[in-house]
Amino acid sequence: MDFNVLSLLIWLPVAGAAIVIGLPRRRPELVVPVAFALSILTLGLAGFVVVDFDLSNPGFQFVEKTAIWSDLGIDYNLGVDGISLFLVALTSFLFPIAIVASVNITDRRKEFMATLLLLEGALIGVFLSLDLILFFVFFEVLLVPMYFLIGLWGGERRLEAALKFFLYTALGSAFLLVGIIFLSAQANDQFGSPTFNYLELLNLDISTTTQYWLFAAFGIAFAIKVPLFPFHTWLPDAHTEAPTAGSVILAGVLLKMGTYGFLRFNLNLFPHAAVELAGFLAALAVVGIIYGAVVAIVQPDIKRLVAYSSVSHLGFVILGIFALTSQGVSGGVIQMVNHGLTTGALFLLVGMIYERRHTREISAYGGIQKVMPLFAGFFLFTVFASAGLPGLNGFVGEFLILLGSYARHPILAIIAAVGVLLAAVYLLWAYERVFTGELDSDENRALTDIGVREIGILVPIVALIIFLGVYPKPVLDRIEPAVERVLDRIEDRTGFDSPLRISDVTTDGVEVTP
Amino acid sequence: MVDYIWIIIALPLTGAVFLHFFGTRMGEPAAGAVASATIGLSFLYALAAAADFFTGSGEAEAVHLFDWIPALGANAQLLWDPLSAVMTLTVTGVGTLIHVYSIGYMHGDPRYGRFFTNLNFFAASMLILVLADNFGLLFVGWELVGLSSYMLISFWFTRPSAAAAGKKAFIVNRVGDVGFLVGLMLILANFNTLTYGAVLENPARFVTAGTATAITLLLLLGAVGKSAQIPLFFWLPDAMEGPTPVSALIHAATMVTAGVYMVARTASLFELSSFSAGTVATIGAFTALFAATIALTQRDIKRVLAYSTISQLGYMFLAVGSGAYIAGIFHLVTHAFFKALLFLGSGSVIHALNDEQDMAKMGGLRKVMPVTHATMVVGWLAIIGIPPLAGFWSKDEILAIAFGEGGWFTFLWVIGLITALLTAVYMTRWMYLTFWGESRWEDGVEPHESPPIMTVPLIGLAVGGAFFGLLNTPFRGPLRPAFEHFLEPSFEGVIAMAHIPSGATPWNLATISVVAAALGALFAYRRYRGARAYEIPPFASKRTGVWRWVGAGYYVDDIIGNLLVLPGKLVAAWTAFVFDNEVIDGSVRAVGGGVRRIGGWLRPLQTGFVRSYAAVTFAGVVGLLVWFVARGVG
Repeated sequence: MDFNVLSLLIWLPVAGAAIVIGLPRRRPELVVPVAFALSILTLGLAGFVVVDFDLSNPGFQFVEKTAIWSDLGIDYNLGVDGISLFLVALTSFLFPIAIVASVNITDRRKEFMATLLLLEGALIGVFLSLDLILFFVFFEVLLVPMYFLIGLWGGERRLEAALKFFLYTALGSAFLLVGIIFLSAQANDQFGSPTFNYLELLNLDISTTTQYWLFAAFGIAFAIKVPLFPFHTWLPDAHTEAPTAGSVILAGVLLKMGTYGFLRFNLNLFPHAAVELAGFLAALAVVGIIYGAVVAIVQPDIKRLVAYSSVSHLGFVILGIFALTSQGVSGGVIQMVNHGLTTGALFLLVGMIYERRHTREISAYGGIQKVMPLFAGFFLFTVFASAGLPGLNGFVGEFLILLGSYARHPILAIIAAVGVLLAAVYLLWAYERVFTGELDSDENRALTDIGVREIGILVPIVALIIFLGVYPKPVLDRIEPAVERVLDRIEDRTGFDSPLRISDVTTDGVEVTP
Repeated sequence: MVDYIWIIIALPLTGAVFLHFFGTRMGEPAAGAVASATIGLSFLYALAAAADFFTGSGEAEAVHLFDWIPALGANAQLLWDPLSAVMTLTVTGVGTLIHVYSIGYMHGDPRYGRFFTNLNFFAASMLILVLADNFGLLFVGWELVGLSSYMLISFWFTRPSAAAAGKKAFIVNRVGDVGFLVGLMLILANFNTLTYGAVLENPARFVTAGTATAITLLLLLGAVGKSAQIPLFFWLPDAMEGPTPVSALIHAATMVTAGVYMVARTASLFELSSFSAGTVATIGAFTALFAATIALTQRDIKRVLAYSTISQLGYMFLAVGSGAYIAGIFHLVTHAFFKALLFLGSGSVIHALNDEQDMAKMGGLRKVMPVTHATMVVGWLAIIGIPPLAGFWSKDEILAIAFGEGGWFTFLWVIGLITALLTAVYMTRWMYLTFWGESRWEDGVEPHESPPIMTVPLIGLAVGGAFFGLLNTPFRGPLRPAFEHFLEPSFEGVIAMAHIPSGATPWNLATISVVAAALGALFAYRRYRGARAYEIPPFASKRTGVWRWVGAGYYVDDIIGNLLVLPGKLVAAWTAFVFDNEVIDGSVRAVGGGVRRIGGWLRPLQTGFVRSYAAVTFAGVVGLLVWFVARGVG
């Protein structure tokens, strides 16, 4: 490798934050273009990684490793595989959009953009870290910009929401840290020297009982992040109070740290516990799918509605991961990306209308399709993407998850299928109340349709939503080998026999031997 | 030719995309012309591609386009066989006429371009549905037609009733889709693929009768939703909120027949389970009768036809459930002609009467709308089953086969026969109230014949409604059953294919049903001959007793509204505002409060919380590391 592209992916936005802060006060008009250009550059790097990614290599690629503190076995160790690849891509895709969506922020704009870039670097760091301390540092550090994003630029109850978000997730982190340290102690016992290197820790031989404890310690941290029922109540508050960019990043990327963590660490490091507890977590996930959807139906605040829909959608991801089948896990991975796009788009759309009308109450609207036809079109499109309409991205993930998890958790998969129905209920009912019927209030009559900048924000997302729905092959081709490797490992380690693997499925299959 | 079969889908799809961006600018009639041209070309292409099937030399062919979700055995792969060809020709053929008709019907609508975008998009979706070579792609089409249906029902979105009807249609369909999805789960689990070939070719290799029953009943749930059968029929009457061409194309001729098509497509699975097949037939027969009784009582010109559609779809279900797959598809095609005709005719009437849909304010239109009237007479005779019009042949074939199956099916035959009688009653009533008798128009309304752009498609459909049935008569010679021969290869492996009983029985049965139709028509004639406006409600001057009950669609909507929707909302509200807010978040707040009290003792921590937190974390990390190093070294 000629240049350390993964390091650049992390540190370019961080350096960007410093550059933005350093911009002269007299030139406020430079802030957004500079921040945007830096985030686009980062996106370009991510694009390079996606294209240059070797499909035949199921392991980590573009690996960088430098010892930081060799006595303790702490390394600066980065790498990307099919599981993290598209999360990095998603992150670098959503940030330029979040930046352009925030041009109307006038209060401490420089700090706002710098915070966003800092957040981007930390998030990418989370997905690329192959050292557990490095991972933990990124995992923790990004709480700070997120806290400020909500606490400084949020809505009326922002401080309360920010604190709840912070306390809740910090609580989880405490468990995570203990787990990490304990893991390294195990390494010290077994290998004779401590290490936080993920790849080396994979070789640990951990007793089943210990696996349960560690699974729980990691699991609680990640469950809060996802969030998994019943740890979800910080999410609606944080979403409602966060500025649009904050919500987009929170739903689009931040939540995926939880699902990613489960997949990367819990499944790989504690395979025995993962196999044993898969049913329990899948059940929690399905409770979340139904519960989130039911609660979303009656939310009077549209942002809370979208927030609860996230609880439901992330439930699908967890269900897929703990299906422990190729189809389920691959579906889970691609669904993380899908959810980032559709829910990101929903929050952007809600932000657009909020900027005009300064209310999130569904009942304040009605019939606005008449004055905002373009906006209505984009909204309806996103609604159907979110409801898992075949031909759009969400379906590919849900379909893989549902069919993939049936093989392992048939009853849960059947219950989860009802979530598909409920998604149509809460989304279409909300659409009906906001957009259709008579346009009967003066404030609504005065609304203006979205302009060029707003269309420009939405079009790339719409394009990806369609692309991933129609032709997910480039993505699935990169995800599947890494997923296969995870399952191979679990099967090797535990003797577990996954009920459905890629190789089981025939595609043309006109000639099938009985 | 067949290799490029995707062109059939691509044409209307391109039309939809093109019109999405330029349709509004193009305006009338260009947008309508573009839309009609794309679907018309699709029809011609399909006709050419099906040429080999007409001569009997064609082979079923699967065309792989690109990988979609290979991990589920679901790729973008199309199947061109006689069954998909018949469906494609019906969709594009009837579709073209309805597109052309819409050029006139939608005249003056401010969203003229958008209408044709949606219409073209619907056609493309429906073609995906019928051309798919696996259940995954079938489901894509299945849901996309649902989306088109949603958008077109609520096309006039400023009407709250239209918006609500669109939502209702989509959600009720999704109830069925849950069953469908679960059915697909079972298929993948048992066959390890969703591709038709591997699943449908001799499925007994992989599944027991019990599993086949489960799979087919789940698929049936999806079919019942899409095709508006009991218990998921109640969205279709509301769907009449859409513009009339939509009712004709989507809610009569094509989309609602998707359930019938799907059952026919999966015939080899249904064959494994006589229980499932019997359920299909029973649901069909009961729906046919049930909807026909409601149709007797409706005053809205389109709602009569909506219930009639549900009833006719019931016949198709009865057919495919009796193993009469070809008869079911045959009725699907003839019904597409005459029901699209009847709908477009009612659109012509609505158009002439300035958007009036109440039949109480119609009557006597025969004189002022001669072309519409003449074509409606054809539609009327076709649907009530008077030979030699299309409906006679297809409906009678179904009834004869049901009769021939014997046992329980004899009972279903009786129901079908009663339905035939009722069909004649309500359709004759429909003709009387709109075209015959004396006029009851509102003051100032001056009805006129529709322009040729609307009447020519009516004539085209009337020709189909009149003569298409001759393609599948039970006679030998020039009127040999061409349709059956055409379709037979698609059902080659299906052993329990039902056929018309031999000997004199079909003649006797045909006589019985023609007599039933004639009796029904006669009854309606005597009853409505001199109908006055106040007498329009069914059989008494006032809606009383049982008729009130029937007239309200047996109150199914109210029952569902009060027993499901309302309690559902209450449960959701309780979960959200009591359980989630108070119990779950309440405990979080309680814990948080506890933490804060502890925080009170550690007052310094409360100032600059984040900084302190960072410091504490850092100290903790260092502390742990130190402990760890000490341990490691020692």
